Amino acid sequence: MTTMNALETKSVIKTYQSDSGLISAVDDVSLTVASGEFVALVGPSGSGKTTMLSILAALLKPTSGQVLIDGVDLSGLDDFKRVNLRREKIGFTFQANNLVPYLSAVENVELMLRLNNKLDKAGKLRARELLARLGLGERLNNYPGQMSGGQQQRVAIARALIHNPSLVLADEPTASLDTERAYQVVETFAGLIHEQNRAGIMVTHDLRMCEFVDRVLIMKDGKLTQILDDRADIRKLSSARN
Amino acid sequence: MKKISIAAYLAVKEIWKFRGRFLLVSLVIGLITLLVLFIAALGEGLGNGNREYLSKLAGELVVYQAKSDFLIPASRLDLNRYSEIKNVEGISDVGLLGTANSQLLLSGDDKFLKTALLGVEPGHVGEPKVIEGSQLSAADADEVILDRNVILRSSIQLGDTITIRVTQGTEDQIFTLKVVGITDGQQYALQPALFVPFFTWDRIRPKSQAEINFSDPVANVFIVKVDQPENVEIIRDRIEEEIANVETATRKEAIQALPGYSAQQSTLNTQGGFTLFIGILVIGGFFQIQVLQKISQIGVLKAIGSANSVVAWASIIQITMITIIGVAIGTGLTFLFSLSFPPQVPIVFNGTTTAIAIIALLLIGPLGGLVSIRYAVRIEPLKALGLSS
Repeated sequence: MTTMNALETKSVIKTYQSDSGLISAVDDVSLTVASGEFVALVGPSGSGKTTMLSILAALLKPTSGQVLIDGVDLSGLDDFKRVNLRREKIGFTFQANNLVPYLSAVENVELMLRLNNKLDKAGKLRARELLARLGLGERLNNYPGQMSGGQQQRVAIARALIHNPSLVLADEPTASLDTERAYQVVETFAGLIHEQNRAGIMVTHDLRMCEFVDRVLIMKDGKLTQILDDRADIRKLSSARN
Repeated sequence: MKKISIAAYLAVKEIWKFRGRFLLVSLVIGLITLLVLFIAALGEGLGNGNREYLSKLAGELVVYQAKSDFLIPASRLDLNRYSEIKNVEGISDVGLLGTANSQLLLSGDDKFLKTALLGVEPGHVGEPKVIEGSQLSAADADEVILDRNVILRSSIQLGDTITIRVTQGTEDQIFTLKVVGITDGQQYALQPALFVPFFTWDRIRPKSQAEINFSDPVANVFIVKVDQPENVEIIRDRIEEEIANVETATRKEAIQALPGYSAQQSTLNTQGGFTLFIGILVIGGFFQIQVLQKISQIGVLKAIGSANSVVAWASIIQITMITIIGVAIGTGLTFLFSLSFPPQVPIVFNGTTTAIAIIALLLIGPLGGLVSIRYAVRIEPLKALGLSS
């Protein structure tokens, strides 16, 4: 039995028609992420990393190429099946407006179980335990408006993991946090991804956050230009001033 | 089912969390409800004041002089035709009706009440049933049956003698009549009505100089009751064939032809319609702004795997709840206000009219929300990442 990658892309291309001609936002990107692996997708703005993330998230269809999540080819799925796949197999955290403002911390986490029709007693207990592990045991019934940016991000992390997805996607999870909180959040995130054996991808422009990842994928002008998987190289990248 | 229950959960949670904001919209809907219900009640009240006597008639047909355009005051029918019409086959009863105005003097100072003075035939169709006292006794008795509205607006009681003032020729004449009966609401031409025997009516009604010496009494219209109500149209044709110079209207047509009646009702209906339209705009505007503010939030919900139907149902449930709460508040307010209105104000809350208005009000929510629901459904989950295709 061959080990199956949680995520695999083959020659993904995304082009846009603009006034000045055809633009390649993502240009021939092939990558794999295994379960239990946490990778960072970095690059300057306009490098195509967010577009790539949208394609991986089954939110955007590539112009050509293949995306497989748990071995399932996304190109064969209609919109309805894509929604189901996102709900069951993918966990998300976003840069801003992550949480539903009218649900408390624990309700936001439970929402993923509710959507998946899996909200039972055990699930409720797990949601509370997960939030407690993220240091939010005292904040279960707080609303997003009553929490700091870092706390909200941690709730989002709990929401992204609670339904045991294969793939966890994080878009700029540290964008609105100060350095100390950013380190804390990403460190906890990385710990949980390793521990729960998920495949994690974090898009970030903050190279310091790469300290906690297993691999760094660097994009430039839509192309995957460099892959760092050596610990020393990653450390060098994350400690450089940027 | 599962999707609807998730949608209901989200809808209720959001309303509860932002209850101040939602309550404000409910209050606006409540005020619109108050306005719509009052316009409907005013339409009912004014319409009722105009048609009450006619709509409560036991007869099905009203006979007018030909070419009178169904205008009761413009129609003149002499008693010869009255004896002819009695012989038309299929008619069970005919009554004379004469209409005029009079001033009812109230005790004490110079105060008076404007009333409709109606001449009817004792014991025949057209004479209203009393709810207290007795019917009129003879065709020329100095007796009167009072509309309940006269009692409400004066201190007159059963058995009293009332005084009316009319102008005959150039003189003001005073007549006294004994109150023998009181009937339920029987307003005519927006005035409370006095019912007197037909020949008494002919004697005491306002007259021009020429009419004073004219001895043959003339009625305005005849009220006809047919043997079998399902044959109304046949009898109607028969009357117009057999009697010279008459035209007949059904009770409904007679009401529609009352001076100003249709104009008044259509004005009020237009006002009510416009108020409902404003309600649609208010709800539509509010929910559209809500959706515009929630684009990225709805994007996140969709990105993490909420189906479009969940988003749509959540909107529908919210709009429906807000509308129902608003209409309930408005109905309650209307009820409280209605308790404080004096009998002179022509406001009548009729079950059917109110129910129709409430149903229309409940429909404005979903109608107003359609645009925003459509908009919410079209939001792309990509918005969660700040992108759009």
